[in-house]
Amino acid sequence: VDLEERLHELDLRSDSDIPDVPPPTDSTPEILKRALSGLSARWKNWWIRGILSLAMISGFFLIIYLGSFMLMLLVLSIQVKCYHEIITIGYRVYHSYDLPWFRSLSWYFLLCVNYFFYGETVADYFATFVQRREQLQFLIRYHRFISFALYLTGFCMFVLSLVKKHYRLQFYMFAWTHVTLLITVTQSHLVIQNLFEGMIWFLVPISSVICNDITAYIFGFFFGRTPLIKLSPKKTWEGFIGGFFSTVVFGFIFSYFLAQHQYFVCPVEYNSETNRFVTECEPSELFQMKKYSVPPLLQAVLGWETVNMYPFQMHSFALSTFASLIGPFGGFFASGFKRAFKIKDFADTIPGHGGIMDRFDCQYLMATFVHVYITSFIRGPNPSKLLKQLLILQPEQQLSVYKTLKSHLVEKGILQPSLRG
Amino acid sequence: QESESETRLDGETASDSESKSEFGGSSPVPTSDDTPEVLNRALSNLSSRWKNWWVRGILTLAMITFFFIIIYLGPMVLMTIVMCVQIKCFHEIITIGYNVYHSYDLPWFRTLSWYFLLCVNYFFYGETVTDYFFTLVQREEPLRILSKYHRFISFALYLTGFCMFVLSLVKKHYRLQFYMFGWTHVTLLIVVTQSHLIIHNLFEGMIWFIVPISCVICNDIMAYMFGFFFGRTPLIKLSPKKTWEGFIGGFFSTVLFGLLLSYVMSGYRCFTCPVEFNNDTNSFTVDCEPSELFQLQEYNIPVLLHSVLGWKTVRMYPFQIHSIALSTFASLIGPFGGFFASGFKRAFKIKDFANTIPGHGGIMDRFDCQYLMATFVNVYIASFIRGPNPSKLIQQFLTLRPDQQLHIFNTLKAHLVDRGVLGSLEDA
Repeated sequence: VDLEERLHELDLRSDSDIPDVPPPTDSTPEILKRALSGLSARWKNWWIRGILSLAMISGFFLIIYLGSFMLMLLVLSIQVKCYHEIITIGYRVYHSYDLPWFRSLSWYFLLCVNYFFYGETVADYFATFVQRREQLQFLIRYHRFISFALYLTGFCMFVLSLVKKHYRLQFYMFAWTHVTLLITVTQSHLVIQNLFEGMIWFLVPISSVICNDITAYIFGFFFGRTPLIKLSPKKTWEGFIGGFFSTVVFGFIFSYFLAQHQYFVCPVEYNSETNRFVTECEPSELFQMKKYSVPPLLQAVLGWETVNMYPFQMHSFALSTFASLIGPFGGFFASGFKRAFKIKDFADTIPGHGGIMDRFDCQYLMATFVHVYITSFIRGPNPSKLLKQLLILQPEQQLSVYKTLKSHLVEKGILQPSLRG
Repeated sequence: QESESETRLDGETASDSESKSEFGGSSPVPTSDDTPEVLNRALSNLSSRWKNWWVRGILTLAMITFFFIIIYLGPMVLMTIVMCVQIKCFHEIITIGYNVYHSYDLPWFRTLSWYFLLCVNYFFYGETVTDYFFTLVQREEPLRILSKYHRFISFALYLTGFCMFVLSLVKKHYRLQFYMFGWTHVTLLIVVTQSHLIIHNLFEGMIWFIVPISCVICNDIMAYMFGFFFGRTPLIKLSPKKTWEGFIGGFFSTVLFGLLLSYVMSGYRCFTCPVEFNNDTNSFTVDCEPSELFQLQEYNIPVLLHSVLGWKTVRMYPFQIHSIALSTFASLIGPFGGFFASGFKRAFKIKDFANTIPGHGGIMDRFDCQYLMATFVNVYIASFIRGPNPSKLIQQFLTLRPDQQLHIFNTLKAHLVDRGVLGSLEDA
């Protein structure tokens, strides 16, 4: 009995229990293989990666063209796939494929947390839509309670599913699930919230991270000499610095182009009459050209005294800097994780690149940063959320709030006191 | 061999003495006996079983007395105590992680764990508590800036910790370091969020803090007693000492206890009023007009209970009805928190979380059922008791841009006119 127990226990300090992950199956499509059969292995790999990169970027442009709703669906699918990839790694590490209930419980928790977040944030944007339907009203009003009840059900199921010999495995998988949820679900919701601010807040950060990845790789390929960090031996200081400058320039230029179109700049709103998302508005100050005086240092270099820029481009400078300097830490974290669990890639979804997580590891920190940046520096609290809360108050409270607001607005001269006849 | 495994200092991955100690000494590490000498001498005559019972009993009374003293001392002391309990629980769970992973000498790790605790606490205190100190914050310039850029500052602090973690990854210890990182985050999620919800509840009114906690404690004690005297049918394999008799007996006693305690407490303003920070006196005050919840009302007793109780109507506080919901949760779902902690202890082969309290174990052992309760009370209050806080909404309104303010004002006006609350001819 003791021997069997030992076999079940994980010897955490020796790495021999982690099964050698089978080498990733070559999922490159046949057509590519035939086209590239003539080249050597190194160039072939380069070409596959290049072609897939272009394919992904084109896919990205296509979805942008299709609109915000498709983008949200895309973000949701990516979230689900990333979650699946990380959980599968957990199963493999802990040999826990056949733990009772566990796969159902993991997906159930994913559902609960998504339900909670969608109810808290996205429902605010559909306020007018929700007001019309009674059942939705009920769900919104008691949203937290319903989400908590759903979560508790999962928690109790977990406790009831604890099996004598597998306690530790089950607790590990429980914790693994929760940390994964914390990472993937919260970040994807922050991405969607950024999207609602305006598609430019979604596009510029993501593109900056992708650009940094690509240009750091290219600079490293051609000029790389000094290794950056032991964790990722392929990264070099030349790549890092070259990537930084290219990303900042790219961010400037890209924002300049996007800031001109209402489609990208306006907050996404849901129009209840047409039941669609619309992006139409008066562009805010951020997206109106202003004259900036060039600091004397740069005057000599650039030869201009003033320059016409969008204020948003200054913000893009902050975004690109973060993408280039701190974003890579997300990549190092993922590399460390892969080394710790002896895997080469998170999964084999994308030929030449690995899994979806491999492409999105740097994006996670970026999404949180953009959200925090927007709430701290760009806008105050969300007006629609405030409105929603106002409408839930008791009528007497609403009346007193109304009177306070009215006196405040009159005082500030925003509202003219009207004479009633 | 067992004490050796407890005090191992090296984190080398070479030997597998961890599995050896589990193989040979799979019995849990015995907790050192730190009962005070006084008690030891007083109880030296009794047999071991009764001695244990007496030690537990005395300590229970001591803790309950301590609880009453703290309540008497006021909200500020209560918040400090909640904070201390949180830190101690975090410390206990992290220490278990160190023991499990033999990771005492991982570079930086202890510093990083405490740093993350600090960051998350800073974030939560900034988000919630400053709402209550709003006027104070607006007056002092440095506090105002900290409050305005709060999320950014918290995120920057957290990121620093994250980057330090990445830079501290050492070649042979990757997996251990990731485990400890995950362990720290799950612990933070459990411990810090719950303690902040408790403080939120406290600000609603001390009754929302005292009644739930007392219900959980009462359920613990009552279930133990019913189980002791009448216990026969085991409840769940995880905790062989729990019985169905204890569970059901505990449920009914706790509901009754909740009703009685709420009745007594609802009469006093110092318990039912929301805690407010008075800017002039720079202290907490609990003074207000009691809300509807805390005013006696006549209720008709359902016909079923007429014959049992002999009354047709009864005067109760509406809060007592809510207390039934709270006690029910404490008795039915609260124990799952206890089962979770039992499973955790079995999984990691420990008898108690720590040895802080003689006879009871660590602070976590006492507070394991409280965690679910804190979240439940907070969700319950947010969903059923109060809506959003009007003064907070006004504050948020004042930070918006003028065009946004106008838009909201007009929408509110239209809504009020629609509902007939505001006559369309009403003037300012």
